[in-house]
Amino acid sequence: MAVVFDKPKSLTDNVLHYCPGCTHGIVHRLVAEVIDELGIEGRTIGIAPVGCSVMAYDYFTVDMVEAAHGRAPAVATGVKRSDPSKIVFTYQGDGDLASIGMCETVHSAARGENITIIFINNAIYGMTGGQMAPTSLPGQVTQTSPYGRNTETQGFPIRVCELLSELDGPAYLERVTVNNVKNVRNAKKAIKKAFQNQIDGKGFSLVEVLSSCPTNWGMTPQKALEWIDEKMIPYYPLGVYRDKDGENNG
Amino acid sequence: MQEKVLMKGNEALAEAAILAGCRHYFGYPITPQTEVAAYMSKKMPKIGGVFLQAESEIAAINMVYGVAATGKRAMTSSSSPGIALKCEGISYLAGSDLPALIVNVQRGGPGLGGIQPSQSDYFLATRGPGHGDFHVIVLAPASVQEMADMTLKGFELADKYRMPCMLLADGTMGQMMEPVVLPDPVEIDTTPKDWAVTGTECKREHHIVNSLYLSPKKLEDINLERFERYKKIEEEECLWEEFMMEDADICIVSCGITARVSRNAILEARKQGIKVGMIRPITLWPFPKKPLLAAADKVKSFISVELNMGQMKEDIELAIRCKKPVYGCTRVGGMITTVDDILASIKEAEKGEE
Repeated sequence: MAVVFDKPKSLTDNVLHYCPGCTHGIVHRLVAEVIDELGIEGRTIGIAPVGCSVMAYDYFTVDMVEAAHGRAPAVATGVKRSDPSKIVFTYQGDGDLASIGMCETVHSAARGENITIIFINNAIYGMTGGQMAPTSLPGQVTQTSPYGRNTETQGFPIRVCELLSELDGPAYLERVTVNNVKNVRNAKKAIKKAFQNQIDGKGFSLVEVLSSCPTNWGMTPQKALEWIDEKMIPYYPLGVYRDKDGENNG
Repeated sequence: MQEKVLMKGNEALAEAAILAGCRHYFGYPITPQTEVAAYMSKKMPKIGGVFLQAESEIAAINMVYGVAATGKRAMTSSSSPGIALKCEGISYLAGSDLPALIVNVQRGGPGLGGIQPSQSDYFLATRGPGHGDFHVIVLAPASVQEMADMTLKGFELADKYRMPCMLLADGTMGQMMEPVVLPDPVEIDTTPKDWAVTGTECKREHHIVNSLYLSPKKLEDINLERFERYKKIEEEECLWEEFMMEDADICIVSCGITARVSRNAILEARKQGIKVGMIRPITLWPFPKKPLLAAADKVKSFISVELNMGQMKEDIELAIRCKKPVYGCTRVGGMITTVDDILASIKEAEKGEE
């Protein structure tokens, strides 16, 4: 019988620890499919962050390094500079990338470091149980903004793609989401481009993936996917924010 | 054998690192170690190496972590306040069992402190610089020659035991010029390590460089294994130098620049009829406890000469199990003990004053 659907080679057989309805699983799968399709499994090295995806090293079959909170782009820089023929990617959440690791994020982007960053933006700290993230929306209720994020005292969310698009360094910045089939297909295209860019030596590529956290948002998985459409996309518009290939410069 | 050249300590250690096969240096400017970064920025591009001025000390140590994870020799250098920032990364290096060389050319503290020489990071270096239960090997050079030699030694020990090693120099060692014979270049071992991330080439199971263990039993086992290695290091890798200890009644213990000044004070004291000798620890961790304990049965007292308020003094007291009094001769803030300071302490010890 012909196989029409199978687990990507680049995913291990370990059972994912993510909560039901969480979109990390989808993004893991997309990254693994892209690695398979590009035939780079043997020379790819992944950097896991601190946060929900801290154990990503158990899920990908490629060589993996676990980084300190926020330091993944610096660790990736070291790995890449050690052997530029390797394909190096980081997989980071919003607290990791846009809060404690913002310095490493901005400077690796400014250097145009030839790495690929998969940035999961679910507007909350998931692993620690649902605290306010740098990307939590105004008014969003979290464990540390129990009355809703008050922009007067807790500031405004950070739009990472827009912020990085001010720099000359990045080759490619795109924001996607995975809340329906069409969007998943687009997300895969973006992730593939972000890896292809590195293979072609084009430089820093980051894909921001608007993701759901039903557990900490206090929603059903279905409702959480709708919330991405209703609340997140209006604040974080999808699209290409930088493409050095010359198309769609945002 | 290379010829004798006149070099600054910071430059000698930088060149020695290159001769040791290190091709990856990540740094950040801070006085009094900036010459290391300047030297590397000039040299590395010419020999196919990597010099990267990182955005922060934190980023620099994490870049070192990345290169170390691939199994290659990597280093960073800084001075006291910058080393404090690197402690997170040093802990991760230790927790992931990665070798690396960290150079600390110490200046006065705490806080921003000053830019003049100090040995006030003794505790920081010898107590495991960062969170968690670990050690780094700590080497304390006392000449520009040793700045070069210890750099080589540091890489060797780091590789041998898969752990970070800190070259703990005081600002004087970084800044002063002395004749030095640089070591011969080391043949770089390019055999892939059986733990390093180099890409699986789809031929082996994936390697994971990691310090996270959610199972308490597993984490305990890993800590126990690491401390078995530390025990071996304490037994086999202690380095020290003895000076005029054969007939000494008083034993000075000192490292770095204060050991150099102490030698002159010892010669002067002997002219005045006081038999003083010195045990100079070269490794601060592991601390040379055995020769100190042995000396405790022969001498009347010890003097700890150091550029801090008496941090090493505690290790001496522990090493000799408080069998004899330990006097302190200390200057801080960037001030350096003089021969007169040390002679005054020798006379105090001679009289047996508390």
